[in-house]
Amino acid sequence: MTDLDEVRGAFELLDDWEDRYRFILDLGRSVPELDPELKTDERLVRGCQSLVWLVPRLDAETGRLHLTIDSDAHIVRGLIAIVLAAYDGNGPDEILDFDIEGLFSELDLLQHLSPTRGNGLRAMVARIRSVAENAAAV
Amino acid sequence: MTFDAEAAARDFPLIEGGKNVYLDNAATTQKPAVVLDAVRRYYETTNANVHRAAHALSDAATQAFESARADVARWINANSTAEVVWTRGTTEGINLVAHSYGGSVLGPGDRVLITELEHHSNIVPWQIVCAQTGADLAAAKVTADGRIDIDDFEAKLDGATKIVAFGHVSNALGTVNPVRDLVARARAAGAVTVVDGAQAMAHFHVDVQDFDCDFYAFSGHKMYAPTGIGALYGRETLLEAMPPWQAGGEMIEEVTIEATTYARLPFKFEAGTPNIAGAIGLGAAVGYLEGIDTEELAAHEDHLLRTATSRLSQVEGVRILGTAPDKGPVLSFLMQGAHPHDVGTLLDQQGIAVRTGHHCAMPLMRRLGVPGTVRASFALYNSLTDVERLIAGVHKTRSFL
Ligand SMILES: Cc1ncc(COP(=O)(O)O)c(C=O)c1O
Repeated sequence: MTDLDEVRGAFELLDDWEDRYRFILDLGRSVPELDPELKTDERLVRGCQSLVWLVPRLDAETGRLHLTIDSDAHIVRGLIAIVLAAYDGNGPDEILDFDIEGLFSELDLLQHLSPTRGNGLRAMVARIRSVAENAAAV
Repeated sequence: MTFDAEAAARDFPLIEGGKNVYLDNAATTQKPAVVLDAVRRYYETTNANVHRAAHALSDAATQAFESARADVARWINANSTAEVVWTRGTTEGINLVAHSYGGSVLGPGDRVLITELEHHSNIVPWQIVCAQTGADLAAAKVTADGRIDIDDFEAKLDGATKIVAFGHVSNALGTVNPVRDLVARARAAGAVTVVDGAQAMAHFHVDVQDFDCDFYAFSGHKMYAPTGIGALYGRETLLEAMPPWQAGGEMIEEVTIEATTYARLPFKFEAGTPNIAGAIGLGAAVGYLEGIDTEELAAHEDHLLRTATSRLSQVEGVRILGTAPDKGPVLSFLMQGAHPHDVGTLLDQQGIAVRTGHHCAMPLMRRLGVPGTVRASFALYNSLTDVERLIAGVHKTRSFL
């Protein structure tokens, strides 16, 4: 699992786009793949181009949200690794309070959160937040 | 003579000086200074509403607006300006035909024939009118190399077929369809033909009388003109018989609360204040294209396409989609082990603008069994240097995967 501070630290050391994207692709390789049987339409997050599947699981005992996310595009999987580092295993309130735009902006990846890029990242974040809102409401 | 792409690039402020490797021309082309100037000059010297007022500015605006229509009519060889209806673009043109013509002639048992190669804007309007009228929508299959399967087209072109709609050039694969032949077959079967010319106008000289098609729709922004303007060519006898589609000002002759008589062609189909500046920009774009030798231009773009195709096919793991012998300057491909989105993102980082995704042709993507493609599409200002940058970009991209 990728740690958020590690990601931040690593990005600080990467100064050209090539190194940054190689790192993102590496991060993507660490994201566990979703069981093909779980890649159903209901789990699909509608982005424009790449397919993203999201399986949230609320741990009833700890109240924490566990996420499995996968995509058919490599760069998107790298971005998923960062999203997981930010959200996975946290409580609903922590998730809702987290400034994901701030993080992507700090990593100079904000363009990927833009609604015009159509890579599904924005929709993914919206879906996670809505799961967290529902969990926070109970 | 060969076409001088470098000189042409200097006509385009966004391209000039190699500022951008812009290979997304099938989505929209850049605009030459003459078009930008025409639009600016219109607003600075002539701006007024058209066809309405008895003052000099309005006269001048109307004249400029109608003279742009005459430019378009001449360029596509329409019989008269009555056959050129201004629209917002291809999409609106097809919707106009689908709703006005389709809506009035189609009924249960009738058929509309399209093809699997179509852009969504030549699919969905037909789905809607077919649902409204009870007509049936059929699509001719495409072959593995991206051509319309003529046998399937013929088989589906039955006596019940009232309308046949197909693209001139495929935006996703570049295939140039045999318009004259398809129109002749459709006419022999008694069907009216609608050609989606969105991807043809910037590259080929279109002659609607030679095609003998009934309708031909296109967008200004894909032929060096502004966005928000396009035109629909329609055979006059058909346009005359068709009911208006949208209603409002401009398209009427006389209105009482009980009844309205409609304006003559083409105004019957132009409700509301039109995109005057856009039309003038489109007229200027036609003027720009008229100054270019069509054959030299086609040879130049074809050379870019062939060079890019052969260079790209030498890259390991690259698969080219759309290998029909007759193609417009559109090159769709996939890279093994990468999603089109990955390729597009990494090319973008290298300053190369291509399109990735399904190109608004989801039925075609499904037919080809791919999630989408990476598409490089060329225009007159592109050069072999752009092709080299693309190939180098693809090699670099490959090193990431
Ligand atoms: C083949 C084809 N048809 C129709 C359209 C729609 O054109 P517009 O969006 O300008 O109406 C496009 C543009 O993407 C196209 O490529």
